[in-house]
Amino acid sequence: MSGFATQFKSNAQRVTGDLKHRDLIQSALRKYDVVRTKTASTFQDWQAARRTASSIKWDAINHLDKHLEQLVGKLEARGTVVHWASTGVQARKIILDIIAEKKARSIIKSKAMTAEEIHLNEAMEKAGYEVVESDLGEFIVQLRKEPPYHIVFPAMHLSRDDISELFTKELGSAPTREPEELTMIARRVLRSKYITADIGITGANFAIAETGMISITENEGNARLTAALPRTMITLVGIEKVLPRLGDLALFLPMLATAGTGQALTCYNSMYGGPRQADECDGPDEWHVVLLDNHRTELLANAEQRDALHCIRCGACLNVCPIYKNIGGHTYGTTYQGPIGSVITPHLRGLQNWKHLSFASSLCGACTETCPVKIDLHHHLLQNRRNAAAEKPVWWEKIAFKGFAFVANRRWAWRWGIRIGSWLQPLHPLVKGTRLDPMRPWTKTREFPPLAKETFKDYWKKRNDRA
Amino acid sequence: MTERENILGRVREALRNPAPAPGAHDALHPTGATAGQPVSRWLPKVGQSYEERLALFKSNAEGLKAVFHLVKNQPEMVACLETIRDAEGWKRVASHQGQLTDAVVTELNLPVMLTDAGYDVNLLEQSDVGITECDALIAQTGSVLVTSRSAGGRALSVLPPHHVVLARKEQLLADLPEAFELLTKRYGTSYPSFISFITGPSRTGDIERILVLGAHGPKKLTIICF
Repeated sequence: MSGFATQFKSNAQRVTGDLKHRDLIQSALRKYDVVRTKTASTFQDWQAARRTASSIKWDAINHLDKHLEQLVGKLEARGTVVHWASTGVQARKIILDIIAEKKARSIIKSKAMTAEEIHLNEAMEKAGYEVVESDLGEFIVQLRKEPPYHIVFPAMHLSRDDISELFTKELGSAPTREPEELTMIARRVLRSKYITADIGITGANFAIAETGMISITENEGNARLTAALPRTMITLVGIEKVLPRLGDLALFLPMLATAGTGQALTCYNSMYGGPRQADECDGPDEWHVVLLDNHRTELLANAEQRDALHCIRCGACLNVCPIYKNIGGHTYGTTYQGPIGSVITPHLRGLQNWKHLSFASSLCGACTETCPVKIDLHHHLLQNRRNAAAEKPVWWEKIAFKGFAFVANRRWAWRWGIRIGSWLQPLHPLVKGTRLDPMRPWTKTREFPPLAKETFKDYWKKRNDRA
Repeated sequence: MTERENILGRVREALRNPAPAPGAHDALHPTGATAGQPVSRWLPKVGQSYEERLALFKSNAEGLKAVFHLVKNQPEMVACLETIRDAEGWKRVASHQGQLTDAVVTELNLPVMLTDAGYDVNLLEQSDVGITECDALIAQTGSVLVTSRSAGGRALSVLPPHHVVLARKEQLLADLPEAFELLTKRYGTSYPSFISFITGPSRTGDIERILVLGAHGPKKLTIICF
């Protein structure tokens, strides 16, 4: 087992038993479930909307080269500087070079999972810059020096008391139990940061090839301020974010909101087409768009799992996942948690080290059913398992399955196996749960059902003999 | 080779292997012929008549805690603004040049800062209200469509604590597809660098998923329409 797998198992065990934690997660996600269902039902046909969204994304990804070229051509025509980065290291260097060239001191950032993916904040802080996360949830986890707990709700695992305590310690504010007051404390701290920041960094929800625009969805207004006030703006975009046409947003914006938070539309959906233009009064003088590959082309090369690149990062699959609800976001140890994280992390970070995530699934298919762009998530988990085993078979599994195949293919061996099992079972309590117990991983927390005294075959034979 | 060529090369190489058809795995909801059909057919319903759509806009906007005033004419719009001015004790107003704003904002008898020719961010931040026009109102979602050209830049509608939108009744559109059509028709040859659908005042649910208004943007959104 990889070190990541061992850590995953021990964290999962700890978190699953933490009742306070369970309470917070369950109550947050229960609310989500109710509003999401209600909002989806206002669509005239949610299933047809999913089909259409899935076809549009399919077209976007399966003609990615064409769309990227169109996007970049349009962006550059309006004075935007476009950078291409094959790896996270390259992307960090591009961004650090821009910051250095601008002699910037303070940086304001709005939520961007791609930035988490390439550990951008650590790199900027190490280089001596002040970086402030402006999304409230991200601001909170940044103060705690933690990664986001969820791709949409970064601070979902914290109670108001946890946050009040954190603010008292880090910001010197008075303790309070009112979410409104806590929000206003953060608002006051961040207001001055927007105005003084030299550089604003954002992520992207969609990149529109037809018009050369980046679309950003948010509720708080922090991304809008980040894109309005600093003199230089940098936007980090995964290459899979493209949509062919501007009009596609008419479908994707309400679907992202519905699937993500249960809102009909998120508060601010903004499309940026360039830096400040000649006839405009504000906006950055310079806009740099960094297009990031970072293993996405490897996933693209896998035709079977290519649709994982359709993901719009709404977080719906996390919210409905029984595994996520039990083990929580941090246990994954990945940038992207939940089913989509389990599917793509092996491609981003290596299959053998991260295959355990694909095994930690009940394969219930709730994720596939909820995904607004119809990614075949649970089958991709199965494919990851298959690929992992084919690439590097586990010796004892091979022996075990050979043994099973031997017994299952021979009637006499199967019958004797069951008979011996039922003879030995009464002795099981002597070793149950101890190291000598061959069934230990199972019987530690469960009962093994008693084997029947008589096999069905024997019973049937006897019954027919009687008749 | 540049990174651009490297990445595009890898993309082309990857795409030589065709992917299964979209949604092919889903036996319950197989891929129907949805491509090319107008998406309005799947989105939430909007009424047929103008009155129904206006009522829908009002209920959607108010559901999101925005305030919607439907007034009869321009003098009533001024009166409506004066009432809010007095109730909130405005001392400084920020706005931009426009047909409606020009006619209405000067009537408030307050110092007005216009953003059109550039502005001091600190002064804008200290303004009590940002008064803007818009491109459209969208019944389906209760949204206001603004652009840097129609609403005085990027910051005017997000930095002050109260955003007031002045609109005309004929600016009401049915749904999001109509809004995107309007954008293409109006700006197709040269888009503003900033376009935004504003749907209710700024909000967050990041603390225990409890709704708080005014996270970073305006705590209040008022739409006055005649």
